[in-house]
Amino acid sequence: MSDSSSHPDSSTNRGGATGLQPFGLRAIDTSMRVPAVVFGAMSVLWLFVATLFALITSFKLHTPGFLGQWELLTFGRVQPAYMTMFLYGWATNAGFGVAFWIMARLSRNTLQAGVTLYTAAAFWNVGVLVAIFGILIGHLNPHKWLEMPGYAAPLLFVAFALIAVWAVLTFRFRRSDYSYVSQWYLLAALFWFPAIFGIACLMLVYAPARGVVQSVVGMWYAHNLYALWLTPIGLAAAYYFIPKILGKPVHSYYFAAIAFWTYLVFASWAGTQHLAGGPVPAWIISSGIVGSLLTLFPVVIIGINHHVSMAGNFGKLRTSPTLRFVYFGAVAFTSVSILTAFTAFRSVREVVQFTYFMDGQMQWGIYAWFTMAMFGALYYIMPRVLNREWPSAMLIRLHFWTCASGIVLYVLAMCIGGWIQGIQINNPGAYPDFVDVVGNTMPWLVAGSLAGILLLLGHAAFAIHFFWILLRPEIPDESRSKLFKEPKHMKVAVK
Amino acid sequence: MNKLSVIITGILVTIAFSWAGLVLTSHVQLGALEHHVDELSGDSFPPPRAGIARRGKKTYQELGCVACHTQQVRRPRDEETWRLPYGYAGDIERGWGERQSVARDYIRDEVVLLGTRRVGPDLMTVGGREDTREWHHRHLYDPRINTPGSTMPSYSFLYKTRAVDDDPSPRALDLPEGFGAPAGYEVLPTPRADALVQYLLSLRMDYELPEVPAENE
Ligand code: HEC
Repeated sequence: MSDSSSHPDSSTNRGGATGLQPFGLRAIDTSMRVPAVVFGAMSVLWLFVATLFALITSFKLHTPGFLGQWELLTFGRVQPAYMTMFLYGWATNAGFGVAFWIMARLSRNTLQAGVTLYTAAAFWNVGVLVAIFGILIGHLNPHKWLEMPGYAAPLLFVAFALIAVWAVLTFRFRRSDYSYVSQWYLLAALFWFPAIFGIACLMLVYAPARGVVQSVVGMWYAHNLYALWLTPIGLAAAYYFIPKILGKPVHSYYFAAIAFWTYLVFASWAGTQHLAGGPVPAWIISSGIVGSLLTLFPVVIIGINHHVSMAGNFGKLRTSPTLRFVYFGAVAFTSVSILTAFTAFRSVREVVQFTYFMDGQMQWGIYAWFTMAMFGALYYIMPRVLNREWPSAMLIRLHFWTCASGIVLYVLAMCIGGWIQGIQINNPGAYPDFVDVVGNTMPWLVAGSLAGILLLLGHAAFAIHFFWILLRPEIPDESRSKLFKEPKHMKVAVK
Repeated sequence: MNKLSVIITGILVTIAFSWAGLVLTSHVQLGALEHHVDELSGDSFPPPRAGIARRGKKTYQELGCVACHTQQVRRPRDEETWRLPYGYAGDIERGWGERQSVARDYIRDEVVLLGTRRVGPDLMTVGGREDTREWHHRHLYDPRINTPGSTMPSYSFLYKTRAVDDDPSPRALDLPEGFGAPAGYEVLPTPRADALVQYLLSLRMDYELPEVPAENE
């Protein structure tokens, strides 16, 4: 670790694994322009459509007749279609865009073999489209977050293989002496996804495992899609942008390395607690409980690294939209991990299992944490690769405040409503009629829909802004260095 | 941590560890479960599903009923260790089953529908609770007929409305005032609706398995 003493992008690197001169940031950014725009634009479009589907889903929960006459738009299809769009359309496209850019920058290399990425983008997005279409016409699987039909998965797999090869080669031929925390997380994500996706497709779709083994595989997949695909990309962004914008190095590389390895080991065992009480052996549930508790160890270390850097710098939240979004995400990451450990306890799980509480917890993870971090990253990346400025500070503010308040409202509504729902379901003496329990969740579901409208507003602002910046004129080179400040030398004490 | 090979090897080890520990081990433990043969009668449990019910299960999957319904009766509360007025006991007290469901109950299902959300009640034993075709057809056509205040969506697209000619069909739904078709028309289930209802009726756990503790009964 002793060589990890330099801040990302500092110009003290001497040539890295290849011995070649590192490229300048400007050259790297410009070379990443097309892939960043392609993945960014696809993610923004998917996010908008996904939000519309999320709203339809949410409305149907309290107004079952809403768009109810068409089989294509029945609840059981719109809901998985929404999740598929969100996870594979928005989250993964955005994750790709952010991951490549960070990878290229930290490797101090311009885009090589760009055609690999463009081919991958085409396969991936056609794959997602086929998946959604398949779900809407009824070819869906009942496995959480893997509802896509079997014929869509190979397209995604091809796309992913291309991307992983590209990333490994970029890292291998890096022109920098060092490897950085963000790169470790990106590599982990790029290996974990194909592993879990391949195994889950095999054991759930192509050659279904026997009986409830499917449920174990399904939980393992869904949990790790969050914990070892989305989260590492989010962490790569947090580890990159928070120090970068504050002009302060990562607090401790030594602790960062410990956190990295313990996170991979512990988090990949957390998740099966969702099967508590169900028809699987007790050890499977216990491993999920223990895994979620142990995950708190790396989470605390990661949290210290992020939050200690922030101490005394909260004023910067006002001036940097990237920091505002990414730090919102970092706080959500810490808190959702604590919440996950809390709901793993048997006594809590007895109440919240199968209720809306779990939807609240899930959105705190995939939205308040991951999505907000990706927004922040895109606000940083797009102007640099395009050499243009964001046209409107007002739209950014609108985006932040609608999404921040929307997601907080949603999570509060689902967690409170879900808690009440759980207590009432478990208490047949006081609530003998199930339909009364259903009725008592209505106000919370309506609040959830209101939150969805706020999010739609924010996503519309973001989409408009995203396409607007593409139309702007480039800024002259002289002003670039003034607009896009990059910290230069930043040494840290080597632990 | 500067070597690509070290990082990648480490990452692959974590993947292998998690996969072998959770997925492979449960596959080894549960993947070979066989049905239970009753020594006296020679019957095997869980019983196989009839062909039409299997087609109905397909419809259940296609319509995404799993988004709102679980199919699992959870372990009852342990009175000794857990005293608050709630717990998994709710499942059995609500009449969603007489015993908890166990791994063997699912071995006949090519696709397992445990589910993760209970917007509606658990359906593991719904065929025993509501045991008539008519009830299920009415409920699927419009859930608010049987259960005022229900938020389950209507599946009326599984039914066709046609003009009654000289001989009304005996299979027409018997719908109450305000829900039915206009005068001179009748509502008939499509084959998919029939199959789905047969599947719902087949959802029962009216057999015993040796591994389920007797005190759950
Ligand atoms: C939006 C969520 C939702 C979806 C999707 C849904 N249901 Fe329901 N279901 C409910 C609710 C809520 C109830 C309780 C009120 C009632 O009985 O109508 C219910 C009740 C039921 C019952 C009665 C259970 C009992 O104990 O009386 C059956 C049977 C049923 N649903 C079957 C289905 C089938 C089959 C599908 C798919 C074609 C389906 N449901 C899809 C929400 C849903």
